[in-house]
Amino acid sequence: MAAAAPAPTTSSPPTTGGGDGRRRRRKVSDLSKLKARDKVVVGLFLGIPLLFVLTLVVFPALASVLLSFTRWNGIGGLGTIEWIGGKNYSDIVSIYPPFWPAIQNNVVMLVFLFTIPTVLGIYLAVLLDKELRFTWFYQTAFFMPVVLSLALVGFIWQLIYSRDQGLINGVLGTTIDWYGDPSVNFYAVLVATGWRHTGYIMLIYLAGLKGVDPALREAALVDGCTERQTFFRVVLPVMRPINIIVLVITVIESLRAFDIVWVINKGRNGLELIAALVTQNVVGEASRIGFGSALSTIMLIISTVFVIIYLRVVMRDEPGGAR
Amino acid sequence: MNRPSSEAEYLARIVPPSVAGTRFTRRSFLRGMGVAGAGIAAPALLAACGGGDDAEPAATGGAGAGGGGEVTFGLNESTGAGVPYDRNIAAVEAFQEASGTSVKVNAVDHNTFQEQINNYLQGNPDDVFTWFAGYRMRFFADQGLIGDISDIYPIEGIGEGFVKASTGNDGQQYFVPEQNYPWAVFYRKSLWEENGWTPPTTLDEMKALAADMQSTGIIPIGFADKDGWPAMGTFDILNMRINGYDFHVSLMAGDESWDSEEVKEVFRVWADLLPFHQPDPLGRTWQEAATSLQNNETAMILFGLFLTEQFPDEVDDFDFFTFPEIDSAIGADAIDAPIDGFCMSANPANEEGAKEFLKFRASPENADAQNAAGFTQIWANSNADLEPLSELQKKSAELIAAQASIAQFLDRDTRPDFASTVMIPSLQQFIGNPEDIDGLCASIEAQKQSIFATEES
Amino acid sequence: MTTGTAVAEASRRPGHRPQAVGQKQHRPWLMYTLLTFLSLAWLFPLVYAVLNSFRDYSYTSVYGYVSLGGWTFDNYTEAWERGNFSQGFINSLIITVPAVLLTLTLASMFAFVLSRFSFALNLTLLALFTAANLLPPQALLVPVFRMFLALPVPEWINPTGNLLNTHLGLILVNVAFQTGFCTFVLSNYMKTLPREMYEAAEVDGASVWRQFYQLTIPLVKPALAALAVLQVTWIYNEFFWATVLLQDGTKFPITSSINNLRGQFFTDINLVAAGSVIIAIPTLVVFFVLRRQFVSGLTLGSTKG
Repeated sequence: MAAAAPAPTTSSPPTTGGGDGRRRRRKVSDLSKLKARDKVVVGLFLGIPLLFVLTLVVFPALASVLLSFTRWNGIGGLGTIEWIGGKNYSDIVSIYPPFWPAIQNNVVMLVFLFTIPTVLGIYLAVLLDKELRFTWFYQTAFFMPVVLSLALVGFIWQLIYSRDQGLINGVLGTTIDWYGDPSVNFYAVLVATGWRHTGYIMLIYLAGLKGVDPALREAALVDGCTERQTFFRVVLPVMRPINIIVLVITVIESLRAFDIVWVINKGRNGLELIAALVTQNVVGEASRIGFGSALSTIMLIISTVFVIIYLRVVMRDEPGGAR
Repeated sequence: MNRPSSEAEYLARIVPPSVAGTRFTRRSFLRGMGVAGAGIAAPALLAACGGGDDAEPAATGGAGAGGGGEVTFGLNESTGAGVPYDRNIAAVEAFQEASGTSVKVNAVDHNTFQEQINNYLQGNPDDVFTWFAGYRMRFFADQGLIGDISDIYPIEGIGEGFVKASTGNDGQQYFVPEQNYPWAVFYRKSLWEENGWTPPTTLDEMKALAADMQSTGIIPIGFADKDGWPAMGTFDILNMRINGYDFHVSLMAGDESWDSEEVKEVFRVWADLLPFHQPDPLGRTWQEAATSLQNNETAMILFGLFLTEQFPDEVDDFDFFTFPEIDSAIGADAIDAPIDGFCMSANPANEEGAKEFLKFRASPENADAQNAAGFTQIWANSNADLEPLSELQKKSAELIAAQASIAQFLDRDTRPDFASTVMIPSLQQFIGNPEDIDGLCASIEAQKQSIFATEES
Repeated sequence: MTTGTAVAEASRRPGHRPQAVGQKQHRPWLMYTLLTFLSLAWLFPLVYAVLNSFRDYSYTSVYGYVSLGGWTFDNYTEAWERGNFSQGFINSLIITVPAVLLTLTLASMFAFVLSRFSFALNLTLLALFTAANLLPPQALLVPVFRMFLALPVPEWINPTGNLLNTHLGLILVNVAFQTGFCTFVLSNYMKTLPREMYEAAEVDGASVWRQFYQLTIPLVKPALAALAVLQVTWIYNEFFWATVLLQDGTKFPITSSINNLRGQFFTDINLVAAGSVIIAIPTLVVFFVLRRQFVSGLTLGSTKG
């Protein structure tokens, strides 16, 4: 639609020079100010990705939510789907033994990832942001675990944790059943997960730090800040969007954590995680599609809670969306 | 991609040059095309291409062209799997020689093939594919996903037990057995001779033997259940020995309660035996348990014949005995001996060729072709030549032949969703905490009722 | 950006001598020691595994891994041949390269609009894309499979008439799945770009496309490089979608080639390890190549003249 240019919209006053930093809530959408050609470009920019995500993610996700109220084995036409209401959900919370341990493990993983690997990753990124010698070596060392395939990661930790043939027991002379003893095996998994998560966070944060205007730091130093003060008072606030990314990534990783426990023992016997439970039920011959969908819908609900929190945080700075 | 301009170009495009493991295929496919039916089939194919209907391009010779034509074969061993793949190719080549029908092999690694079977069958399955006997085969038959192949029976050498295992719920055959292997208790002959131990025939003898073994510092019974399924072997055999084969079958079918005294008795006997088993089994892979057996850290282990593949050089020093009887009224004539074989998909492109191939795979000629390539199990066909096989294999064949009843192993005898999502964790829970049998059985029964609810009895 | 601009103004004051960024701490050797120690600790498990991949399984299955001996290079040559890696690599290339390029393109476009303009659905769309990333893909395996089974496509794409067993289907699914995450990350990076830059460009008469292509993209290169590394890693290492959507053994990507080395019962895990190391090499190469991109950094000085 060719919008005739309306009466000059009041663009918000430039937010430079301090002022009171208050953003004016825009009443008119930015998009309506655009020329026709620009609108087409914007339309495509929005439309094509949206098409992908709607058809291949959102629609199947909704289908999955619907399927969670059914009993189905994935075979046969849609007529073979049997509606059973909330029975899957009541089964999950009452008679399905792995469920509550899985929730607990996911929470433990969330807390762990937040406190140790994420903090360590940020710290390493800050250290490596300086022009050090051998920085390529350090970066590579920390990032290496992120690029390895699951088969290799499984082999690595099997070599270390195996009760009979592993390195730890071999060197210490113990017979701790790292993988088989439910009281220790999740900690073993946490170590393996943290090993990878640290490099991941380091990468993201380093990329963000590299984008920070060096003039900021210079000026802070001129103003007499120490390194530590510079980081906490100048860099960290400027990195706010990146900080948010890091937090959200950590939450995503802990909610979706899956591959390490899967490659160890498919997520059983103390290594239960929600994503692994979904996979156990859906993939393979088990084919409890309805039941698995119920588990993943529970995951979706938990994730939605975090998404809402995230949005609250984002909206707090920038009402109306973009700056 | 533009339309092919000639028949040769069209045919060349059907078989991608990079198809692995099918170096036979291109030659034999084109040869097959040239032999019979090519003159008739080709224009039809080109017409199909132009008409835009999605007939399988590989559907040659399907219109009753007799010898010649092609069968597609889904194999559950990947090209890099070594011996299992090689012997299948040997069988394929032998069949091609004998019948003139070519076989196009689609090799997918074992686990992927098995896990994706539902999607595979609903997508575009090959004419023939590897599968096993048991609940899942019958289930596919009920769903109409595999084809009725009763007309290739009776097959000479395939006994009644095998025919029964190949039969679906409607009385027709849907499966062709090729091989199987027993679950028995394996031990190293030299170690036992050295210590003067002999295979026990009753449970009490076994316990006494185990106590003796412990006094020498050797762990009596090896045990590994990190992957979840090995423990099913123990459950199956104890259930069959304590409650009888019929009860076991009925329990697998969901017709008995897991909360019953019979099942609890199985767990009690097992808990009694656990102190003789290798400690911490939940972190140990079965390959590691095989290593323990090989290193004489353990004295015996209940496992499938394929255990011996772990130590091919020392296989002759190993022997087995069937699990001892527990109840003398029941005896010891039932074992787990899972049967592997083949099925035909519901709408094969070349039904006649497929049936020919199936019949071949159950024949002694098939055995001959594979024996040379290296075969480690037992042929289902009683006329197959056992001569080239190892002592252990010959003894296994005798053991299986002597059984009155054969089960397929828990995860093939019952619903797979029940087996993998309920039984595996439950058995692991039992092993970790053998005290709470009542709680365990109640939990299994509750979950079983939820899962089996749709079964029509 | 209040602080930033005030400080930037300050630094342009005449007589100001910029001090070197990255001034060393008082005790640089402490930092080097710490970094070196941590890096070695991080590398150790991998190095240990790679060392063991050079050992013969028949040796380690008897003597265990905490031992010496049994060294051989055969695992690598055997893994390459038996795993049919060359075909697997080609398949992975066909899947990964288009998927990564398409994902980054679509995500940067979408993130650009989200971060540049404010409009009614802005937050909703961002939330949608973020949420799309939170589901485990396993939950969507069956619906997507059935969708692909039911969706007819022209025969020139796939003779069987649907998207199953095609690399294209796999690419599309991967793109859809990864776009959410990339959009989320990129929109946050793009939010750090100053508004003044765009306003200056608008004054100059630059169209939206030019703003996107000539202003935004060059400035988010570090983020794009970081994402490219991650995307290549994830799509390349992904295996669930491949097993669900592909049925032909010759089309499987490299991650499945590892499974080619496993038998039904017997698995030579040292061989599998050697294969896994071979498979990890492309992702490492990508990392090395792109590392400088997000290390070198670019300043945000485009508001100056």
